[in-house]
Amino acid sequence: MNHGPTIFLGVLLTFASAWLGLVFAPYSQLNKLKPAASDTGGDFYPKPLSGLAAKGRAVYQANGCTYCHTQQIRPEGFGVDIDRGWGPRRSVPRDYLYDSPHLLGSMRTGPDLFNIGSRQPSSNWHHLHLYDPQTVSPGSTMPRFRFLYETRKIVGAKSRKALDTPPDWNVPAGYEIVPTEDALALVAYLKSLDHTTPLPEAE
Amino acid sequence: MTDPSDAIAPRRTSAAELSERARQARLRFAIDESTRGPVLLFFASSVFWLVIGSILAMIASIKMHSPLFLGDVSWLTFGRVRPAHLNVVAYGWASMAGVGTMLWLMARLSRAEMRYPKLLFISGVIWNLGVLAGTIAILAGWSVSIEYLEFPAFVPPLLTVAYVLVGLWAALMFLDRREKHIYVSQWYLFAALFWFPWLYTAVNLLLVIAPTPGVAQASITWWYGHNVLGLWFTPIGLATIYYLLPKVLGRPIHSYYLSILGFWSLALFYNWNGAHHLIGAPVPAWLVTVSVVASMMMFIPVGTVAINHHMTMVGHFRLLKASPTLRFTVFGAMSYTAVSAEGSLESLRSINLPTHFTHFVVAHAHLGLYGFFSMIMFGAIYYIMPRLTGWEWASARLIRVHFWGTAGGILAYFIPLSYGGFMQGLKMLDAQTPFIDTVRYTIPFLWIRSGAGLLMTVGHLAFAVLFVMNILKWGERRTEPTLLDDPAEYARELAAADATVVEETP
Repeated sequence: MNHGPTIFLGVLLTFASAWLGLVFAPYSQLNKLKPAASDTGGDFYPKPLSGLAAKGRAVYQANGCTYCHTQQIRPEGFGVDIDRGWGPRRSVPRDYLYDSPHLLGSMRTGPDLFNIGSRQPSSNWHHLHLYDPQTVSPGSTMPRFRFLYETRKIVGAKSRKALDTPPDWNVPAGYEIVPTEDALALVAYLKSLDHTTPLPEAE
Repeated sequence: MTDPSDAIAPRRTSAAELSERARQARLRFAIDESTRGPVLLFFASSVFWLVIGSILAMIASIKMHSPLFLGDVSWLTFGRVRPAHLNVVAYGWASMAGVGTMLWLMARLSRAEMRYPKLLFISGVIWNLGVLAGTIAILAGWSVSIEYLEFPAFVPPLLTVAYVLVGLWAALMFLDRREKHIYVSQWYLFAALFWFPWLYTAVNLLLVIAPTPGVAQASITWWYGHNVLGLWFTPIGLATIYYLLPKVLGRPIHSYYLSILGFWSLALFYNWNGAHHLIGAPVPAWLVTVSVVASMMMFIPVGTVAINHHMTMVGHFRLLKASPTLRFTVFGAMSYTAVSAEGSLESLRSINLPTHFTHFVVAHAHLGLYGFFSMIMFGAIYYIMPRLTGWEWASARLIRVHFWGTAGGILAYFIPLSYGGFMQGLKMLDAQTPFIDTVRYTIPFLWIRSGAGLLMTVGHLAFAVLFVMNILKWGERRTEPTLLDDPAEYARELAAADATVVEETP
């Protein structure tokens, strides 16, 4: 193999073939997907995220939630994702129509979050969990996200946003824990993670 | 297939042969002289990033079992430190060490001086700025949050310019070659130089700079995630093994035909592996199946390369006691075989099911990028540096600390964490086991991992000290290469093989 052009051509063709196969082909196949109309009315699924939830998705990205949490439900017969109560059906490409970047994840140090919004609908649960994971999930190794919260002196009436804290947190009298804009956005995003709508291709 | 840049010295030589050898030595000296600046810059940068990457790794590792450690600092939350670690070691340490090695090998094997070496400093500086800015950005919370591609959109153009410069300079040396024979290492280097910039720019355009939403992004992510290993680190690593084994042993590679088969089967199959990271994921089934098949086909290039390297080594394992270069290189070559075989098996649905989403995969990734690639780079730097600085390594003891820290460290990392990860996976597959039990189960293994990481970090610090001492020419002047065992024992085998600067310099 002392002929440079042969090596060049071989290297070019092998690479181009895989690009066509693993990049171009799935892209053109999946790009044809459209939102599904629901049976009950003109409501389409999925919907793009609302403003606050979209901002929360950026907080999720910034803090690398995806390194411990997946957002995908494996089909029945391949793993026990559905038996664990992580979702009523497997996830399908249409669920991710508006996702960019994708946050499928590759690690389950913590549980899957594809339907966390329907599993934990309470904002206060999410805030307590983010501020101190052990409170609602004993034994958890999730980091605390206290930098998303402010502990401040109550001026006048208690803020409506303030966390409903359990007594053993020992928040000093006259103080309250208030979520920052980022924490509010992140919780809005987590609550928006609900992919329980039935889809024909996921039957 | 002898190594073209250095013939094995015969025992008795005529006057004509002696003058020819002197001429060759002068040429080698001139070639090393031309690549010295850029190669040293890339090596020094890589060692710097290795130390930074080790610190980030320790922080991330400790956080996994003790989440309160540095817990309330936003810049150091686990989800930022982990990608910062990955990007620093992949683009700072491993890639920059790889580029340094690549440039030096390309010059030596082409028997061509590098033209305009000073311009390549621009590439090194841009590269460092890119990695630095990208890492700070990740810690500050601007990560893209796609594995292996976390650097925000302003970094990829910088790194691309740096890569392209390196590619052009290497291509120039290749075109200027005095040596007609294109050695197997050059095939791999040539492929890596061409594949990686294309891969990197294409993927960044589609995912970071102008992304189209949807799950096709996952396919592209893993096409990249797998190919950055398969089409960048692997070819550089294999090129280096193919160079160092014959050089240190003073004997040619076992089989030229196995080399050809290994190269083309790698080019054909590795490209197609990516989607095996998406078994069970919401992507078209054909995509995953194609990648599973390609992953099994990887047994061909991996098997041929393993046989070829093993047959070259046979009868010379004794030298592992003496030569630092050989020790690291052989450890890396064996890890390559092991990690590739494991990777192919992991792509089988039955084995993927318990191992996917667990620490098993983390252990696997480290056996690849560390046990294989990083160990090869250590071996290469031990070989190349004295030829650039004209100074032998200062301390055999520190080299031993480096070897046992890193080799012991990666084994102490890989074996327990693989077992722990596999069991974690089995527990996750039992819906009756509460999820939190799978978390609790892994904690002892994560402590062991931190211990292993500490060993590796100690090794890296020893290496960094050696590196700085070598550049600054500290310690006593040695006229023989620094070996790990009594040199007299190996005098005959090493006379021609592990030739030192002193011998090569006219």
